[in-house]
Amino acid sequence: MDVPDEGEADPGALRRAWRRGMGEAFGTPAAVLGAGYIGFGALARDADFSLPLALFSTLTIWALPGQIAMIELQTLGTALLPLVLAVMLTSARFFPMTAALLPALRHPRWRGWHYYLVGQFVAMTGWAVAMRRCPQMRPVERLPYFLGFAVMLWLACALGTIAGFYLSHLFTERITLGLIFLNPMYFVLILTAETRTRLGITALLCGATAGPLLHLAVPQWSLILGGLLGGTAAFLLLEARRGRT
Amino acid sequence: MSGDLDLWLLVLACGAATYLWRGLGVFVSGRIGTEGPVFRWLACVAYATLAALIARIVLLPVGTLEDSALWQRLLATAIALGIFFLARRNLFLGVVAGGASLVALVLTTGG
Repeated sequence: MDVPDEGEADPGALRRAWRRGMGEAFGTPAAVLGAGYIGFGALARDADFSLPLALFSTLTIWALPGQIAMIELQTLGTALLPLVLAVMLTSARFFPMTAALLPALRHPRWRGWHYYLVGQFVAMTGWAVAMRRCPQMRPVERLPYFLGFAVMLWLACALGTIAGFYLSHLFTERITLGLIFLNPMYFVLILTAETRTRLGITALLCGATAGPLLHLAVPQWSLILGGLLGGTAAFLLLEARRGRT
Repeated sequence: MSGDLDLWLLVLACGAATYLWRGLGVFVSGRIGTEGPVFRWLACVAYATLAALIARIVLLPVGTLEDSALWQRLLATAIALGIFFLARRNLFLGVVAGGASLVALVLTTGG
């Protein structure tokens, strides 16, 4: 890592890191992700989910594409097992994401269960920001920073879910469409904005090419295969380049 | 499926299925360094999976977004990126421009 750790941090430094995480999430990340969850709240109500249940899904699944897939498949009357499997397929990205982020958050101060708790908060927005910001911080401050960022996002998404739930009757299908579209737009922009490394950019381009192509051939497996094949192609390209220089 | 309890169990099952990947990621992360090729490969797969997911949502969506046409979503994405860079990397303006242009395109040219 780029910044050396200067021994133990005092509790004040950890609190400041946690507040800095919350502060950096408060603003555009919270507003945009929260707005996406307005769309989710509206969808949930139309699908006869109760508000506590919609909030519970935000807390447990904590991934908008998976939550939307769950609601839409449930509305279609999909049986339990194929439905859970479909959600599981859309969530497979969390395995490489968590495995790539967690080494940066490690510090002797934290215990094993801390990491398993923090793992629950890994999702695209916090991940993309933390992958770029954490190497610039002292190792002991990274975990509280990431947790503060994620908790602020969760609060915003819970508020968005509540707002969408109660305002759903005001939304036409067109408005819900626009709200649902905010989320992929946000992801396109945040990955464009936050990804500065050659590794990240190469892998994004390979994945964006492999994903849709594979979706035409094997729709059920396109996410996992697109990530695996696209990511491996990017890795091989980068390793070949490393070998040359 | 019907009944409230069934829905709670459904959400719980989906949450557990999602956490499985996160927990597995934590487990594996304790056993790899940040400098080796395994770590670089996992990071590549992570970025590629995100890109694959987003590209699929924009190009070949399922569900609500199917009510819009491919060219409408592509144009809205281009507008979002254009405004984002014109507004000096302002995420908020870019995202709102993308969502608003998709709604405007569907309303004016049909969906």
